[in-house]
Amino acid sequence: MQRRYLVRRWKNRVMAGVTFLCTLAVLTPLFLILAFLASTGLSALNWDFFTKLPGAAGEPGGGMANAIVGTLVLITLAGVIGIPIGVLGGTFLSEYPNTRLSHTARFAADVMNGIPSIVMGLFAYVLIVLPMHHFSALSGGVALGIMLIPTVMRTTEEIVRLVPQSVREASLALGIPIWKTTLRVVIPTAAAGIVTGIMVGLARIAGETAPLLFTAFGNRFWNRDILQPIAALPLQIFAYAISPFDDWHRQAWAGALVLVTIVLIVNITARYAAGRQVKLR
Amino acid sequence: MQTRTPALIDHTTGIQAQDVHAWFDRLHALRGISMTVPERKVTAVIGPSGCGKSTFLRCINRMHELVPEARVSGRVLLGQENVYDEAADPVLVRRRIGMVFQKANPFPTMSIYNNVAAGLTLAGERDRRKVEQIVEQSLRAAALWDEVKDRLHKPGTSLSGGQQQRLCIARALAVSPEVLLMDEPASALDPASTLRIEELARELANDITIVIVTHNMQQAARVSDFTGFFLDGELIEYGPTNDLFTKPRDRRTEDYITGRFG
Repeated sequence: MQRRYLVRRWKNRVMAGVTFLCTLAVLTPLFLILAFLASTGLSALNWDFFTKLPGAAGEPGGGMANAIVGTLVLITLAGVIGIPIGVLGGTFLSEYPNTRLSHTARFAADVMNGIPSIVMGLFAYVLIVLPMHHFSALSGGVALGIMLIPTVMRTTEEIVRLVPQSVREASLALGIPIWKTTLRVVIPTAAAGIVTGIMVGLARIAGETAPLLFTAFGNRFWNRDILQPIAALPLQIFAYAISPFDDWHRQAWAGALVLVTIVLIVNITARYAAGRQVKLR
Repeated sequence: MQTRTPALIDHTTGIQAQDVHAWFDRLHALRGISMTVPERKVTAVIGPSGCGKSTFLRCINRMHELVPEARVSGRVLLGQENVYDEAADPVLVRRRIGMVFQKANPFPTMSIYNNVAAGLTLAGERDRRKVEQIVEQSLRAAALWDEVKDRLHKPGTSLSGGQQQRLCIARALAVSPEVLLMDEPASALDPASTLRIEELARELANDITIVIVTHNMQQAARVSDFTGFFLDGELIEYGPTNDLFTKPRDRRTEDYITGRFG
């Protein structure tokens, strides 16, 4: 009896140790990446980096101001396209879960989630770049926006489904029509969770490079016209990283640091929003 | 009641159910209920679990049909109008027949004030003065005003269980219904809160018609003027509460109220 207990206790400790090590293994890459980015990127980060355009090839100095703004523009475009479709689509999936359309849309969203991002870029290329005969911010925004839809749609569906039936009934029993109940009662009840889903989706597409290669294309100058090519941080990092110049390599690291910081900020905002979600269980 | 909601007075109506059947998919939950609920009285519906008493309540304000695969047949007259008439709009029916649920269900994102105002503001009422006035009247009518008047903008979910249930009653009263359906409104509450809800039901019956579903026979005896006993989707016996409890005519009623089953 005594011995069996000791063996069991020993097993328990070993297993706890193994799970602890696995958790550590998950966290280590994240901290290594952050530490490495900070150590290599910080040296190239200065005021110029945030305010100036890229310098001429091989010339030291210059910055990525246009790429930072470009990435924000692309995320905004993607959001304008992806968020309304994703949120309303997800709401439909939750409120009408068993129609044939819902089953199809759910399946399509899951498939879309698995499609390589470069294919999304190709799609936007054929859809917008070819007919217009030139690269544009718009086509990049569309590519990212389409990538955003399935993430937002599925998270919205999950969170809206968690809204208790009793809340819907309370509203319907007051003589509020179903559509108004959905828009004014159900969605607000799930709002913080929906925002979290949107943020996570935006953070994911912010770092996408492949779909932008032949859509947004990149630009060494300022661009105020969404129908013209626009710079983006991931593209700029790529271009600088494969260049032969040491100064550009350093700037590429700095760009990566800024990009990761943006993604982190968005993720932290998402966590904050999630904390504000009214309890649904 | 010190303050009555003016809108509540003088337009109340009774209900007449005529051969009401209800189904959940294949399950025949109500088997031809015919029952007249008099206006400005408290009518209790009692019976064991699964006897169809809640389903009957939900047929009155057309909530039953919201369940997928659910069906209703028969007529329910509100005054002279059949709520199941082809031309009847369920949304308008529910404005005239309010409902309070078993578990208090305030809107979790809304303040106390906005909860009560919801029926008005979501229907597009923009006159803030009027809304303010109705919110206060409704909270007074639900005997909650004095407890919440200093924290109207706190979340509705910050209240205690009994207060939340009275908040839901105030919310239902704010759209000035002619009938208030109460589906086991006190079953999740402590005895003191239960008593307050019962007193409230009695007071409200001065102005509107009350139908209360309960599995608690003492409650039915305390609160109601008329009682209907449901069993297996049928109305077994219906009459003045006192008669039904003291000299039931049907054997099954007697068995139930003497505690032999249910």
